[in-house]
Amino acid sequence: MNDIVIDTHNISRVYNPTTIPVYAIKNLHLHIRRGEFTALVGPSGSGKTTLLNLIGGLDKPDEGQIVINGTDITKLSPGKLIDFRLHNIGFVFQSFNLIPVLTARENAEFIMLLQGISKNERDERIKQLFRQVDLEEQIERRPSELSGGQQQRVAVARALASKPQFILADEPTANLDSKSASNLLDIMNKLNKEENITFLFSTHDQRVIDRARRVITLVDGQIASDTEPIMTSYAH
Amino acid sequence: MISLAWKNLWRNKNRTAITMAAVFFAVILSVFTTSLKDGIFDNLVKNVVSFYTGYIQVRKKGYWDEQVLDNSMAYNEKVNAPLLSIENVSGGTPRLETFGLISTNKNTKGCMVVGIDPEKENLVTSLKDKIIKGSYLADGDKGVLLSEGLADRIKAEINDTVYLIGQGYHGATAAGMFEVKGLLRFGSPELNNQIIYLSLPAAAELFSAEGLSTSLVVSLKNPKALKESVDAIQQKISSEYEVMSWETMIPDVKQHIESDTRSMKYIQGILYLLVSFGIFGTLLMMMVERKYELGMLVAIGMNKTKLSLIIIIESVLTVMGGCLLGLLASIPIIYYFNKKPLVMGGEIAVIYERFGFEAVFPTSTNAAIFYNQGFTVLIIGLLLSLYPVYKIIILDPTTSMKR
Ligand SMILES: Nc1ncnc2c1ncn2[C@@H]1O[C@H](COP(=O)(O)OP(=O)(O)OP(=O)(O)O)[C@@H](O)[C@H]1O
Ligand SMILES: [Mg+2]
Repeated sequence: MNDIVIDTHNISRVYNPTTIPVYAIKNLHLHIRRGEFTALVGPSGSGKTTLLNLIGGLDKPDEGQIVINGTDITKLSPGKLIDFRLHNIGFVFQSFNLIPVLTARENAEFIMLLQGISKNERDERIKQLFRQVDLEEQIERRPSELSGGQQQRVAVARALASKPQFILADEPTANLDSKSASNLLDIMNKLNKEENITFLFSTHDQRVIDRARRVITLVDGQIASDTEPIMTSYAH
Repeated sequence: MISLAWKNLWRNKNRTAITMAAVFFAVILSVFTTSLKDGIFDNLVKNVVSFYTGYIQVRKKGYWDEQVLDNSMAYNEKVNAPLLSIENVSGGTPRLETFGLISTNKNTKGCMVVGIDPEKENLVTSLKDKIIKGSYLADGDKGVLLSEGLADRIKAEINDTVYLIGQGYHGATAAGMFEVKGLLRFGSPELNNQIIYLSLPAAAELFSAEGLSTSLVVSLKNPKALKESVDAIQQKISSEYEVMSWETMIPDVKQHIESDTRSMKYIQGILYLLVSFGIFGTLLMMMVERKYELGMLVAIGMNKTKLSLIIIIESVLTVMGGCLLGLLASIPIIYYFNKKPLVMGGEIAVIYERFGFEAVFPTSTNAAIFYNQGFTVLIIGLLLSLYPVYKIIILDPTTSMKR
């Protein structure tokens, strides 16, 4: 299982091209294989968010191609891109991931509704997902009734619900205390090991970095260092 | 999809309530002003009718320029019948008007003597409603009705005898003795101080004007079709007669009504503007509040058509809800101010009284006002909800999720 799910080829993202150009990402090459558990690190302003947005299809590079699971997403129309995200990419944002008016269960179910998945399948997946993120008790609560850590776990469940190719998480632990952060990492790690879910997340937190199996360091929009992944097979 | 929209509304009660309240008050305000505007207009027109002139008068040509008995016309069914065949004409009543002197043992004053057909006159100008003392005239009655001010000036009471002196048809002398049957009150001081009514036969006898009348007052089913009716009447009768609407007989009243309705229109325009800003403000607030959420939804893969649809459903439900509640709430308000009209004081009252109107402004309870205003606000609300839709169309998840 070492097929490449994310392949960025010489991508650049320039802000203010007409005045003072800022290269948020500069001629960047990156491959992520299925089953990786990768941390994106680097100083503030190094381009982590920009890179994740580009890979997630939320932003377009000014140069280069981004191939996700064989599809060059830089060539997709805005409408197609939204649809592509729905079916291929799971997102966990720093905070406020959830629709406030919906319960935890409804939030996860919502994305499957968008995908047009049948009621039976939805129910089954939800049961499984909330068991995996250890939130079976809190399933009927609304985001405001959950702790920050619990909300992020619901976000992970929501991201997984759509059966994406991989999950992108931009500083998922930034707003969490260290206990909740470590708990979230445990769950992500477990999902990675047991279900072979691919994670790519950015972080500033050394304890989170320590848990990653590949660490890519960005500086000024370029890869400064890349500790190669430990190529283990997680076949069961 | 609908259920998400519903949950958005239901689980965000404050936000929904604010938007609904904006629409709610918008509806109440616009129903109220329109109803007041229409009410004022209707009331003025109604005042005009019972203000003696009626909507339309038919006279012999020349009477308008020289209002004397000698310019009167023969009144009979031949004149009346063709008029009644006109669709918009609901009735007509003949009058014999002239000036004379009235006196009691104590006092003599000038007065305006009007011979009427009591029954018909009441149908056209609701004269009976103006009785404040005594009783109305019966057909062929030998008594008279005095306006309150006149009675006061000559110190006459009910059942007193008054003497009428004047000049009859073709210079004949006119003199007679009558019993006061009732007292009338007019808003217009001019009428209130000098008018006296008697039955047409009695007046004809007094002024030797058998079978004559100076004018025929025509009442209309739809007062708004005034011009058309004037033309239709003129066409039916010979050119010996002239047909005049109240607008030509009392042009200053017409002018006043026009300037009044014009200023009401400005007020209403400003009101709609306020309403739009109110609703728009709440929508703006909502979009700022939900910017991140909407960006997140697009980011995770919700397409913009679906998202817009949800927002539209939310808007429609909120705006319609606010509209309905606003309409329901405005019904008692409008009825209250219909029963207990606003009474103006000061300068406005003076202007109105000069025309002989009371400065009383009842609201109109015409059902069409509720539909129209409710509908107008609904349309404003729905048009404005295109703004959030526009915002969604141009929404870029990375910028809207930035804080
Ligand atoms: N919309 C924008 N317009 C102009 N410049 C931008 C914009 N967004 C980001 N940048 C610039 O691009 C560079 C990379 O920003 P980015 O947000 O990707 O950094 P980051 O590594 O995520 O930082 P942090 O750790 O603070 O989240 C920065 O220099 C930033 O100022
Ligand atoms: Mg960032």
